[in-house]
Amino acid sequence: MMHDRPAGTGVIIVTLLIAALLEVVPLPDSVNWVRPEWMLLVLVYWVLELPSRIGVLWGFFVGLYHDVLVGTTLGQWGLAYALGAFVMLAAYKRMRVFTSLQQCAVVFLLVGTVSLLAFLVQESVGRTLYPPYTILYASLTSAVLWRPVCALLRWVQLRFLVR
Amino acid sequence: MAAPANPTYRLLIALVLAIIMMVLDQRTPWATPVRHVLGYLTAPIHYLAHLPVDSSEWLSEQTQSRGSLMDENRRLQRQALILEQKVQRLAVLEAENVRLRELLNSSADLDANVLVAEIIGVDPDPNRQELVINKGRGDQVSRGQAVLDAQGLIGQVVDAGPLSARVLLVTDASHAMSVQVNRNGVRAVLAGTGQSDGLKLLYVPDTADIREGDLLVSTGLGQRYPRGYPVATVTSVRHQSGAPFAEITARPTARVDRASHVLLVQPTEKPLIPVPDPEAANDA
Repeated sequence: MMHDRPAGTGVIIVTLLIAALLEVVPLPDSVNWVRPEWMLLVLVYWVLELPSRIGVLWGFFVGLYHDVLVGTTLGQWGLAYALGAFVMLAAYKRMRVFTSLQQCAVVFLLVGTVSLLAFLVQESVGRTLYPPYTILYASLTSAVLWRPVCALLRWVQLRFLVR
Repeated sequence: MAAPANPTYRLLIALVLAIIMMVLDQRTPWATPVRHVLGYLTAPIHYLAHLPVDSSEWLSEQTQSRGSLMDENRRLQRQALILEQKVQRLAVLEAENVRLRELLNSSADLDANVLVAEIIGVDPDPNRQELVINKGRGDQVSRGQAVLDAQGLIGQVVDAGPLSARVLLVTDASHAMSVQVNRNGVRAVLAGTGQSDGLKLLYVPDTADIREGDLLVSTGLGQRYPRGYPVATVTSVRHQSGAPFAEITARPTARVDRASHVLLVQPTEKPLIPVPDPEAANDA
C-alpha cells in the first residue's frame, strides 16, 4: 500500500467535529460524569490506523480545538492530546495484535493518563472542585465504547476510502 | 504505511508550544487571537448542539392549540399590565433618586443598555459552572460584562468569542463578588460553591445582622457588576461557637440552572473618577 496517496483528510476532520459535538451536547449533570472523551477516542483511532499521517501535531491541534470548545486554559488539552498521540504512535504495532479486551485496557489507561494530565493543569489554575479519581468514570466509559467507536470508524474509513 | 521517522521532536515542539500558550493564556491577553480564530470553528458546534432544543421548542410552538395560546396570551397581558404599573412608579422614583443624588453631589447611576442572548450550551465539566451564549464580539459583547436573567444576576462574560461568549456563573467555585444585604446594607463577599444552587458568604463576623431570607444585592464594588441587582437570598445562618466566622449559605435568585434567555448589561458610561494607571504612577 506504499503507493497509496493520502486521501480523506476531510473525512477525518468531520469525524473529529462530530466527536466535538458529542462532547458538548447537553446532558443531565449525573451523565456528565461518565461522558466519554469522544475526541480522544476518534483521534486514537486515526493515529492507530494512519500513523504515518496522524500524529503528535494533529493531537496538539485537536487538543487546542478542544480547549477553545470547552473553555479550558489554552494548551491544556493540546498538551494532553499531543502526549496521547505520541504514546499511541509508540504502541500502534502492538495495539494491532491485541485482543479487544487488551485494547480496551490500553484505551482505559491512555484516557486516564491524558485526562489526569489535563486535570493537573486545571488544578494548577484553580478550576477543579472534585478529586482527581472522578476522571476514572469517563475513562471507563471511554474504554467500554472503544470497540463500538472503532467499528463505526472502520466502516467510515472503508466507505470513504480514507488512507 | 511507514511510521514517521521520529515523533519525539514533534512532541517536544508540541509540549513547548502548549506550555508557552498556557502561560500566555493565564498571564497575558496575547493568547486571545488564537482563541478568537478557533472560536469561529467552535461556535457552530455549540449552535448545532443546541439545535435539538431549538427545534423541539419550535415544534411545540407549532403544535400548541389555539386555546392554550390564548390562555398564554391572556396571562402575559395580565403580567405586562402589572409590570407597566410597577414601571410607572419606577419612573417617578428614578427621577426622585436622580434629584436627591444631585443634592448630594454624587453621580447619578443611569439605566444600562441591555442585550438579550440565548443560552446555547452548558459546560460539560462538573468542576466548572459556565454557560455559552449565542452573542459574541459581533454583538459588542466584551469580557467582564454582567449577565442577568429575569430574577437576578447570573454571572459575567469571561471569554467573548466572535460568535458566542462564555459566561462564568456566580455559583462557580472560583467566583466571588461583593454583595450587601438589602435590608440594612451590611456588606460581605459572596462566593460560589460549584453547586448550581449553592452560594456562601465568606468572612462574616458572628455578630453581623444577617438573617435567613435576606436579599443580597450587588454593591458595584470591584467595578465589575452594576450596583443594585439582586443576587441571592440567604437560606441558612449557622453560628458555631469557637469558629471565628458565621456559616451562611445562600441560594441565587436567578434560576441559574434552568434559564434559557439572559440579559447582558452594557455599561452606558465610564466611571466618573478615572481609574489610576499604576504604571503611569510609577513613571512620574
